[in-house]
Amino acid sequence: MRRVSSQQDAEEFRLSLRMEANRRSRRLAQGMELGVKSLSNHLLGCLAITALLLDPSNLWGSESPSIFDPATPQATSIRSLFWLVILITGVIFVGVEGLLAFFLYEYSRKKSDPNAEPAQVYGSIPIEVAWTAVPTLIVFVIVMIVVRIEYEVKADAETIPANSIPLRIRVVGHQWWWEYNYFEYDGKPLSMTTANELVIPVGEEGVARPIMLTLESADVCHSYWVPRLSGKTDLIPGRVNELWFETKLAGDYVGQCAEYCGTQHANMLLHVRAVSPDEFEKWLSDQASPAADDPAVAEGKKVFLSETCVNCHTVQGTPAKGRVGPDLTHLMSRHTIAAGMISNTPENLRDWIHDPQDIKPGCLMPAFRLESSKMDLLVKYLGSLK
Amino acid sequence: MQSAIVDNSTETRMATKPPWTVYLHDYITTVDHKKIGILYILMALVFLVIGGVEAILIRWQLFWPRADIIPPKLFNQLFTMHGTTMVFFVGMPILIGLGNYFVPLMIGARDMAFPRLNSLGFWATFLGGMIVYFSFLAGDPPDVGWFAYAPLTEKTFSRGIGTDCWATGLLVSGVGTIAGGVNFIATIVGLRAPGMTIGKVPFFVWTILWTSAQIVLAIPPLSAALIMVLLDRHLGAHFFDPQTGGSAYLWQHLFWFFGHPEVYILILPAFGMISEVIPVFSRKVLFGYEFMAAATMGIAFISLGVWAHHMFTVGMSRPMEIGFAASSLLVSIPTGIKMFNWLATMQGGKIRMDSPMLFACGFLGVFVFGGLTGVMLAAVPIDWQVSDSYFVVAHFHTVLIGGTLFATFAGLHYWYPKMTGRMLNERLAKWQFWILLIGFLLTFGPMHISGILGMPRRIYTYPPDRGWDIWNQVATIGALIQAPSFVLFLVNVIGSRWWGKPAGNNPWNAWTLEWATSSPPPAYNFNEVPVVRSRRPLWDLQHPEDPDWKYEGEHA
Repeated sequence: MRRVSSQQDAEEFRLSLRMEANRRSRRLAQGMELGVKSLSNHLLGCLAITALLLDPSNLWGSESPSIFDPATPQATSIRSLFWLVILITGVIFVGVEGLLAFFLYEYSRKKSDPNAEPAQVYGSIPIEVAWTAVPTLIVFVIVMIVVRIEYEVKADAETIPANSIPLRIRVVGHQWWWEYNYFEYDGKPLSMTTANELVIPVGEEGVARPIMLTLESADVCHSYWVPRLSGKTDLIPGRVNELWFETKLAGDYVGQCAEYCGTQHANMLLHVRAVSPDEFEKWLSDQASPAADDPAVAEGKKVFLSETCVNCHTVQGTPAKGRVGPDLTHLMSRHTIAAGMISNTPENLRDWIHDPQDIKPGCLMPAFRLESSKMDLLVKYLGSLK
Repeated sequence: MQSAIVDNSTETRMATKPPWTVYLHDYITTVDHKKIGILYILMALVFLVIGGVEAILIRWQLFWPRADIIPPKLFNQLFTMHGTTMVFFVGMPILIGLGNYFVPLMIGARDMAFPRLNSLGFWATFLGGMIVYFSFLAGDPPDVGWFAYAPLTEKTFSRGIGTDCWATGLLVSGVGTIAGGVNFIATIVGLRAPGMTIGKVPFFVWTILWTSAQIVLAIPPLSAALIMVLLDRHLGAHFFDPQTGGSAYLWQHLFWFFGHPEVYILILPAFGMISEVIPVFSRKVLFGYEFMAAATMGIAFISLGVWAHHMFTVGMSRPMEIGFAASSLLVSIPTGIKMFNWLATMQGGKIRMDSPMLFACGFLGVFVFGGLTGVMLAAVPIDWQVSDSYFVVAHFHTVLIGGTLFATFAGLHYWYPKMTGRMLNERLAKWQFWILLIGFLLTFGPMHISGILGMPRRIYTYPPDRGWDIWNQVATIGALIQAPSFVLFLVNVIGSRWWGKPAGNNPWNAWTLEWATSSPPPAYNFNEVPVVRSRRPLWDLQHPEDPDWKYEGEHA
């Protein structure tokens, strides 16, 4: 192809090659334009199938905390942004892969004279400018949308709906459990502490109940992530972060620590229970009351107070004031123990106190290995902490 | 070592074949850039096997929910060592090794600018790897994650020797990496053949130049931060300990100021190899060399200003978040330019699907996907959801395996004949490619989904009611499928060294200077310093009637 006799002919030949290349690239551009239209139709179909797959209720009937199954306006905004970016990048993806497949098929060496070299095309400034400018425009559009969603989702005085009843909670990350200090609801100060299970009220038509979380850490970095409620925000020692969301859907939401924080990072689970405002207020008043003091379990209480339990745990109304481990004042109101790892049954509680390392290796609670009679009394006492 | 061979031959009957100790001594004391390059590559392949075994163990534990195969602490040590190994002792050494071997050859030089510094660079990297792995012998490998967020690295939380080994090892290997970077810059700037202006260097050389610039800018901040960690741990400093007025947040900035350029250190040479392989196997000149070159510089500069996109969840101010989102999205533009130029190079060519091209096409097909999930991660609110989830794990393995590893395999298959004088077995290479591709897709495809379903990274186990089991099981099966592809590769590399077909000087009919000398090249590479007039000197030789230098740089 490139065999030419004289210098002049070579120039002419070069010119014709370049024109051919330009023609081809123009045809390519037109083809792509058509292709994109029909592709976008196909893509919508594919997206529908993917959406079906990603919606866990359609699939395994499990309780996947899917970010495509949001329960708050915040998580919904993020989902819509995600779909939009998937759509834009999906079109690019299909275009590039299609082109790659087409070129591999069309320009396979087997199809043509294997010995002659093809025409050499060194480049084209107009084409380069075109495929620099178009992605730049796309990037510009994405940045604009990101800014918009950013304002929609992030904590900010004016984004919190007027006529709302905020609940303010301080969340403290510990290796490997969560501490919750409820300190304000509906403008009134509160002073109660619980652990691992967050109970929140749902909003109603016209009355929003935003949950305002203040995030801190007692030791290393953690991250608060309940995918159906909001994106994650880190808990960093020495810093105070904020996170807020609101929901109108009652239900249980799960998540877990999302920043590696040491041995039991995997079992620093999050449970959020969203309940009706009435139920929430009842729960709140129960929690605010001091610990039950049932004379029937006085023996067990004595065991609790005489062992080293009190160094780490608090039970309101007793001398136990430790703050290293979870507050046990209303332990029985929680569904799980060991930061969500196992359900809160007397047997589990017994096994846990006997040797937590057996259930959650590496956790910071030592094995007690109490004699059986003492253990019975202790578990009975803890069982009375309704 | 020359004299050792001579002495040996005079006093024993093994006149033609000196004992293995002579070769060993030769390799240990060598300052020849080709031998050092091979040392780098061999070291990287050994660590690749170790890191791969760690990955398989990780996947094995995650096959069932609440599995009890690998205890939590060991699991955390495995993923820490896996990440550290793959980034510092596989990715960088294999790219630096290929650069070491081929940069001087491609620019018509007889060696690197500073051969002794070159040797120091390799041995420091090697020593660093040994120090990090010494922690296994000491019974306490690090379990802080490869980015080792403070204050987990403080004495309070990591009492053992593991974190010390980790920090010291990376510090020492960093010295080697910086030495390599400086040496590349000096070599490329100072030792090009007559006529090879800086605008006429082969594209791989150009990408190594900018990778080296990034090494010189990005590794020192890491070294400084590692020294600070060691000061905290041993001399009572409080840089990263919030309990005593230090800042855990500071570590994140320092680490990622290194960490993000690092991923471009790992990808730019990959781009360079793809830009060598695609033209040769499409039989066409690289389309838009100048734009590709500018895009490389663009990536090198922009990537210095995107680090905080690893930190969108730390509670930054809004202007910071939007700024870093915009700069991160900006990187996709030069990367896109490269993708389009490679496709345009293939367009109208005569594509030959030999193993290097197969891997290059695998790179194109997979890397574009990883690049596009990168766009999703740069959009801040999406990142709030998927950051630190398996979606991120899927993303960076797609760009590092689909990008760096596939491109490295393309490069290794392309240059193996030059390094050994023998061809690799094409059939084994093709089996390797397809097994790797299928295993790769099965491993990392499902991870996007488990991430979207809320699975965080770095968890040693997960509850059974989350709907994550199936995706983890597919991923584990994928990892098991990938494993034999690496075995095939090692078999091919070792076997072809002795039984491969002789390659000749230029088996692929390629156009850059390394193919002008014998395979393997003699000591000091070229008998005569070649004179260069274009980016494809061998094309000019083959086509004296129509040489490149008539057309380069004049297209419009």
